[in-house]
Amino acid sequence: MLGFLGVLVDGLSYGALLFLLSIGLSVTLGMMGFINLAHTALAMVGGYLAVTLGERAGWSFGWAVAGAVAAATVLGVVLERGLFQLMYRKSELAQVLLTLGVMLMATAGVTYVWGPSLQFVQVPAALTGRADFGPIDFSRYRLMLLALSVVLLVALLVGIERTRFGTMIRASVDNQRVAAALGIPIQKVFMATFAIGTALAALGGALGVEALGLDATFAMKYLVLALLVVVLGGAGSITGTFAAAMLLGVLNIACAYYLPEIGSFAMYALMLVVLLVRPQGMRGLSKEAA
Amino acid sequence: MKRRLTLELAAAAGLLLTSAGLAAQTGEPLRVGIITELSGASADSGRQGRQVLELFMKQHGDTVAGRKVEILYRDAPGASPELARRAAQELISREKVDFIGGFGFTPNAIAVAPVVTAAKKPMIIMNTAATSVITTLSPYVMRMSFTLPQVTQPLAEWAAKNGIKTVYTIVTDFGPGTDAEKMFVKTFEAHGGKVIGSVRTPLANPQFGPFLQRARDEKPDAIFAFNPGGDQAVQFVKAYAERGLAKDGIKLLTTGDIVDDAFLNKMGDAALGLISSHHYSTAHDSPENKAFVAAYREAYGAKERTSFYGVGSWDGMSAIYEVARRTNGSFTGEEAMKILCGLKLTSPRGPISFDEHCDIVQNVYIRRVEKRDGELYNVEFATFPAVKDPGKAAK
Amino acid sequence: MNVRIDPFHAPWRWSEALPWLAVVAAWFIWPDYLPLGTQVLIGALFALSLDLALGYAGIATLGHAAYLGLGAYVAGWLGKYGWSEPISGALLAAAAAGLLGLATGRVVSAGTHLSGLMLTLALGMLLFEAANKASGLTGGIDGLQGVQIAPVFGVFEFDFAARTGYVYAAAWLLIGLLVVRRIVGSPLGLTLNAVRLNPKRTAALGVHNGRALLLSYTVSTALAGLAGALLTQTTQYVAIDVLSFHRSADVLTMLIIGGAGYLYGGIVGAAAFIVLQDVLSGMNPVYWQFWLGLALVLVVLFMHQGALGALAAARDRLGRRLRRSGDA
Repeated sequence: MLGFLGVLVDGLSYGALLFLLSIGLSVTLGMMGFINLAHTALAMVGGYLAVTLGERAGWSFGWAVAGAVAAATVLGVVLERGLFQLMYRKSELAQVLLTLGVMLMATAGVTYVWGPSLQFVQVPAALTGRADFGPIDFSRYRLMLLALSVVLLVALLVGIERTRFGTMIRASVDNQRVAAALGIPIQKVFMATFAIGTALAALGGALGVEALGLDATFAMKYLVLALLVVVLGGAGSITGTFAAAMLLGVLNIACAYYLPEIGSFAMYALMLVVLLVRPQGMRGLSKEAA
Repeated sequence: MKRRLTLELAAAAGLLLTSAGLAAQTGEPLRVGIITELSGASADSGRQGRQVLELFMKQHGDTVAGRKVEILYRDAPGASPELARRAAQELISREKVDFIGGFGFTPNAIAVAPVVTAAKKPMIIMNTAATSVITTLSPYVMRMSFTLPQVTQPLAEWAAKNGIKTVYTIVTDFGPGTDAEKMFVKTFEAHGGKVIGSVRTPLANPQFGPFLQRARDEKPDAIFAFNPGGDQAVQFVKAYAERGLAKDGIKLLTTGDIVDDAFLNKMGDAALGLISSHHYSTAHDSPENKAFVAAYREAYGAKERTSFYGVGSWDGMSAIYEVARRTNGSFTGEEAMKILCGLKLTSPRGPISFDEHCDIVQNVYIRRVEKRDGELYNVEFATFPAVKDPGKAAK
Repeated sequence: MNVRIDPFHAPWRWSEALPWLAVVAAWFIWPDYLPLGTQVLIGALFALSLDLALGYAGIATLGHAAYLGLGAYVAGWLGKYGWSEPISGALLAAAAAGLLGLATGRVVSAGTHLSGLMLTLALGMLLFEAANKASGLTGGIDGLQGVQIAPVFGVFEFDFAARTGYVYAAAWLLIGLLVVRRIVGSPLGLTLNAVRLNPKRTAALGVHNGRALLLSYTVSTALAGLAGALLTQTTQYVAIDVLSFHRSADVLTMLIIGGAGYLYGGIVGAAAFIVLQDVLSGMNPVYWQFWLGLALVLVVLFMHQGALGALAAARDRLGRRLRRSGDA
């Protein structure tokens, strides 16, 4: 039982990072139908920037992460306005190829600047080591990730349900043409959404240096996982993405713990099954039940 | 009279041609093709190997037996057997190399073995462990590095005889990993120990957390671990420290790949006290090694280190030079192999020789990670002399 | 105006002989580079197979290497467990891949482009992981060893200088090209063209969209499997990266750069890609990755019809300008 609790905490914190890494991808796909395979590359850049700010420039962890997120977001917006914007009307294959190319360039770029090896950050003492709860202990860092993900989820849901901007996002996701006809500035909404998505991804990358390990293969590795989350959770749905990320995180860790022989096999099989049976993922599951 | 003249002329012509041919070979540069990791995640190790080779040539001169030595490097980053194979083909047919060496990854060595066999060129596996059987598959393959069974068997024996009763094994799921696991289990249980669980981690992107957690929950006396080293080793040791296994009194036993001298300092104090077994340590106390380490530091920086990876390259070049010296620079593939397999050298690691499969026979040391002068070293405290690879018999 | 091969006449144009002249010339000019040449020919066949699926049938796939890999392993198993005759081995491997294509084709071509892309990606990764896990069967990361391939026609041994391999691969490439050419120049080809342009319209006209797509996808996957078999037979080894994602991404890149739907786009793209990669491999591979990514971006933005498309467009513009000056 205690083993299971450990697996749960590990899995959910892993899921938290997956959520951060994929929510941006999900919303851009759901809103603009834009497949951005360079999304995790932006997260990776966020991670590398956090390492540089923390290790080379000597900033404390919190500020390094904040700085990295800010810088990566700016980069993301520039990329969106300068390049991705041209692709919204093009075919899916063209989007895939272009963003794949951007991902390759980003991977080559970080290898060139930082080298291919694993990167390290100095995590503040309060977040290192384990928190004792009697017979069981948990990693403090992972507990922090868990708490953060809940806070972010609530913030995002409140934001999307209660604010005007959130309403505009929901309208654009539901039906772009009508939303535009109603006077919603689609381009601006999209740019802002893209920025938020990139910021969250960069946060995931920066926090992931410690928990996931950051090297030049990060973008590709987590792209597949992020795609899996989006497929499972349904593009454009925050709760769907969250649930899918958590489910996948726990599944991954539980498999490694209880059934290590299965490995990643299970994940891809799951992806296939979901795509075949329910191409739209878990999004709107509750709506349909009603 | 005429016949005799003709005969003499013919003999002279023959001698002239042969010596011309030999001279052609002796005049020709001695080319060594090195297939190694110049890029990708293991580029640091590949660079280390390259630096060692260049250091060797600087120390021993770049000419041997009248032939200038040229090293041609080809990149096979990580496990890329196809690239390795193609590189070998090109090195042999295009560049006409005399030796093929290097190899930091097992699949690369396996892919090249048939090529050198068909071409009758000597191949020296300098760095990677490769699988035990590779030297039995071809008479043109010589192993200068080590095998996992060879370094694992002494560790298992030592553990069983030193108060460790139960072990949980965590190895990477590929050739060397499974070799290590099998040999450890076999030897440990033969000496009265019990392996209470075994798990294999994926080669690509392993998350060590859950595996170590599971091991921790089983409460063994020690964990035996193997992974390809480098970044994975650092991650593993970090995760081991993070999960509090040392606090629970669960020792960590590994082969030397995880406490690779070149990466040891990166692990920080989390690595202190780790017990490992391997054939080479930077801290090995012999005059040859002291000279080797000093020369490397002088050439590449006071903080620079080489490890078992570099020693393999160093000894590989030694062997090649020896072949050239003994044959005066001209030899066929078969002749080279005969000399190589009969060599007895004093390497920086200790004394080495070769068995009937041209596989290396060497000392294996049990070491503990300690801090000296502010740096981490694998300090040897037990020696198993002249260990032959037990992996072939085990199959 | 129609730069694709005219379906009802499909005559051989003199320009089609050019790549074949190059293939023959390479044999004489660069006899030491035949291993590389063999890789180019096999890559060309793989790209050609993708062209049929993507350029003509319009099926977007990120996992074509799944079929390459299956063909490679089947040929490997045949060679390892006693069936060493190469030609029949290659055909059997192609058949196996075609069967998998038949089984998966309906689903891949049925949904939207996006779901097709994701599905093929998932399938490719799944097969890779499966091959990894089943290391007893596939050799895992260490690769499949002990593959024995008999000489072609009992006479031409597969030497490590790749002389036999080169001719063997060239012959299969020619056969593959003839097959694809035949399909493209047939009523099926015309149907594919129409379906790609407007599937709703063709369906309304009573065309069996699904059947046409499935048939071409099956042939495409069989050809991919054939390419995989050639890889195994010419090297007598199967490496697991034959199923990797980067194989699928690379072949897609080759085709896009060469131009999809021009029959020879894959061949041109593969030759350029593989040769360039070999030439640049001396440099820091980081550069290769960067330039490859940049090339992809630029091609998609400015030259989305690929090299052959740009060539055809230029030729059209030249033709129009000549005509106009003629009129004036």
